[in-house]
Amino acid sequence: MADLPLQTWTFDAFVVGIALSGNGKTFAVGLGDGTARLIDVDAPAPTPITLHKGACLSLCADVDDDAFLSGGDDGQVVRLSASGETETIATLKNKWIDHVTAHAGAGVRAYASGKDVYVLDKKHKDTPRHLPHPTSVGGLAINPKGKRIAVTHYNGVSLWWLASQDSKPQLLEWKGSHLQALWSPDGNYVITAMQENALHGWRLSDAQHMRMQGYGAKVRSMSFMRKGAWLATGGADTVICWPFTGGGPMGKAPAEFGNGAIGAGAGTAVTAVAANPKRDLMAAGFENGAVIIGQPDAPRAVSIVEADTSPVTSIVWNAAGDRMLTGNEAGKVVLADFRG
Amino acid sequence: MADPQIPVTVLTGFLGAGKTTLLNRVLTENHGKKYAVIVNEFGEIGIDNDLVVGADEEVFEMNNGCICCTVRGDLIRILGGLMKRKDKFDGILVETTGLADPSPVAQTFFTDDDIKKKTKLDAIVTVVDAKHVEQRLADTETADDQIAFADVILLNKTDLVSPDELKRVEKRLRTLNPFATIHHTQRGNIALDQILDRGAFDLQRALALNPDFLKDEHHDHHHHDHGHGHDHHDHHHDDHTDAALTHDEDIKSLSVATDKPLDPVKFDTWINDVLMNIGQSILRTKGILNMVRTDQRYVFQAVHMVSEGGFAGPWPSKDNRRSRLVFIGRDLDQEMLKRGFESCIA
Repeated sequence: MADLPLQTWTFDAFVVGIALSGNGKTFAVGLGDGTARLIDVDAPAPTPITLHKGACLSLCADVDDDAFLSGGDDGQVVRLSASGETETIATLKNKWIDHVTAHAGAGVRAYASGKDVYVLDKKHKDTPRHLPHPTSVGGLAINPKGKRIAVTHYNGVSLWWLASQDSKPQLLEWKGSHLQALWSPDGNYVITAMQENALHGWRLSDAQHMRMQGYGAKVRSMSFMRKGAWLATGGADTVICWPFTGGGPMGKAPAEFGNGAIGAGAGTAVTAVAANPKRDLMAAGFENGAVIIGQPDAPRAVSIVEADTSPVTSIVWNAAGDRMLTGNEAGKVVLADFRG
Repeated sequence: MADPQIPVTVLTGFLGAGKTTLLNRVLTENHGKKYAVIVNEFGEIGIDNDLVVGADEEVFEMNNGCICCTVRGDLIRILGGLMKRKDKFDGILVETTGLADPSPVAQTFFTDDDIKKKTKLDAIVTVVDAKHVEQRLADTETADDQIAFADVILLNKTDLVSPDELKRVEKRLRTLNPFATIHHTQRGNIALDQILDRGAFDLQRALALNPDFLKDEHHDHHHHDHGHGHDHHDHHHDDHTDAALTHDEDIKSLSVATDKPLDPVKFDTWINDVLMNIGQSILRTKGILNMVRTDQRYVFQAVHMVSEGGFAGPWPSKDNRRSRLVFIGRDLDQEMLKRGFESCIA
């Protein structure tokens, strides 16, 4: 057990998501009671803010570097500034805002409700551009350059160009229900976590398919190592890491770490992963609440947060990679400080 | 993990059968409980304390096209969202449209891990309009499915039919579903504890609530659908229904039974084989089985191919340990199932 300074809070509501503001100064924790907590990275003392009447369903950093974007089951998209002001920027009556995402560089915000995605950008400041899909949207991801958005749904992923007004997306097809979407850091791959215990991916240059299977549980979290060499994923009782060097993971076996890590996660599935932005380190949280850090090519892992009973839902690093905030379904939020 | 699973009641029934009236009662009656209701359309439902969510009835196939792995994707999304709320619910009601096949809804609760952990399918409740059900059965296949799938049937609007008609309709329902509890109602007037928190999919409670559900003598009247003619006393006053017996004839319930103890390994192999091969045609299966070398009753149930079985307490009497397995499905081969079942005798 590393002798780390840990700060623990319990907010008594499901931690839906954690985000770091663009300027790296503030963490926001979105909760299932419709509130958020703002936590200053350098002076951590949580401030409660009410965002939604029901639950917060999705949270991300906003286009401005000191704000966040939250979607709720009250049909509202709410902007939350790091100083605690809130502003409703969109409302869909009787609907849920299932997903929100934003790209600071491109100044694009997008949110999803049911089958529909709405995009707000410089051209669509007040009336969003509507991107319809045949079935429920499972996840949204804007590519690293901020030019395209991947929208997952049944039987594949729709890729829309954000700047164009095309009425039809490029469709990457694969049968089944696709949930979370993720771009590789170089923008060459799109990966989806599926309803089945599997990942699917596409190499965009040649639409080559990638099937990554063998998980014991649904993959709820994926994260690329900072330079994109590895894709770390949950869904197994170790952190499964697929190599993305030399043409992608096709035909290669994944590496893993955290095998029975110090009794921490042993026997339960990994539910959250997050790459450190500065070092080749990956944090992973388990269904039993434990959090570890480790590396794909090194079997040793270090326990950071001890197991309790509640699955870890989110892990976010600060920009310098020396502090890490984790949250679980029971509302326990832990800040780990690695500066010592 | 420590949270108890939230019971989910699925409410099916044709348009006009009285689903909305019933939903309104659940939502407005002063029962001191908090429900989330997943509806297809925001309509005449008036809500104060409870949460109403709109759904899209999106069905999709998992595992590349197996029909038994057909689930409701929108339901997974909505239930996932509800589980994030702080103020948890005492129960969740899922209304389906009148035209919906109930299988994907039911299968959703057995297929998705997250949903399995946090919720449990409590019962499928089907509201049936006593006046029009015969016509529905003649017109559509969905009405058959909804009745065949039910754990609880509300035979509603009984005031609009004569006692004879009612008898005839009820008998008709029994041929489609021998194990559902049937309640006669008018304007959905039923004690809510008769439809909510029934534990119909809970192996332990299924027996406690309805210990007779598989007794031979309790369901004598449905013998007529698994033989062709050996049961006549059901037919002689039934001549008026013949005209309506067009569409649903292919859904049948049939049962197999034996007094000899079964071998659990043989049974497991056989039933898995049956469900794998003809599970698409079998809507539901329920059974209480006498396994060799144990005093515990083995309870088995399945929705299409998704099955579960387990021991659920001792037999009430040492001498009466009859194994019985009931299938509801289409084009079932009685002989084949009987032979297979008997091959499981220890």
